Amino acid sequence: MEMFLMFLKVFAVGGAICTIAQLLINYTKITSGRILVYFLLAGLVLQAFGIYQYVVDFAGSGATVPISGFGYLLAKGAQEGAKESLFKALTGGLGAAAMGVTSAVVFGYLFSLIFHSRSKKN
Amino acid sequence: MAEKNCFINENYLNYVKSISPKTNEKRSLFRAFWVGGFICCIGQGFRYLFELYLGLSGDELAAYVSMILIFIGSFLTGLGVYDRIGKYAGGGSIVPITGFANSVVSPSIEYRTEGYIYGVAAKMFTVAGPIIVFGIVGSVLVGLIYYGIYNIF
Repeated sequence: MEMFLMFLKVFAVGGAICTIAQLLINYTKITSGRILVYFLLAGLVLQAFGIYQYVVDFAGSGATVPISGFGYLLAKGAQEGAKESLFKALTGGLGAAAMGVTSAVVFGYLFSLIFHSRSKKN
Repeated sequence: MAEKNCFINENYLNYVKSISPKTNEKRSLFRAFWVGGFICCIGQGFRYLFELYLGLSGDELAAYVSMILIFIGSFLTGLGVYDRIGKYAGGGSIVPITGFANSVVSPSIEYRTEGYIYGVAAKMFTVAGPIIVFGIVGSVLVGLIYYGIYNIF
């Protein structure tokens, strides 16, 4: 039951974040690349003020899976590094997001070797 | 002459507006909501699975969940499935981390004919590059500000 409730929260919050993006697409003419950057910065700034952590505690993956969660991770890494040293304050952000960046680059390169462009077949 | 051009442009824009397909706004919002929510639920499902069967926790758990979602996003992009999801869901497929993976893989497959260095490796970052740039610059600023707060005050 508790798990079901958690999935409901994840669904609601994750869905809400994506709906905001869709609203931006519908009513302004922002391209998807810009939306990704804006959402990343939104997550980063919210976490810089310590707000996004509450959303993550409430909704788990509903807050961390959208790209704003990536911004949250970068800001959180920097905040935690800042407690230790200047070096960790500078590298902590990318360190926390290292898995995301690494897997995107590695899988991106790998799959571009395996798969061919499909856009021309349609 | 300039006025006339403006007039033509306005007419033309209205014409384009009248013949371009109208997206049903309420429907598109609903689609973005359920697909986006569903992708987040898949992430939460992997989170529970990894916690239970691999005994991961904290940052490590979150990192592996994002890795598996990026893998799925890249794989579906390679198969050409993710573009179809994108057409259906719009924002619901762009904002989750799978959409980030899609934005990396899609151009790198597209430009493979231009070679592995200037094609695949360079075009990979057409959308992901700005995200990484703003992310790193932002995180350095946050780190410096917090370092200042902890050490000066």
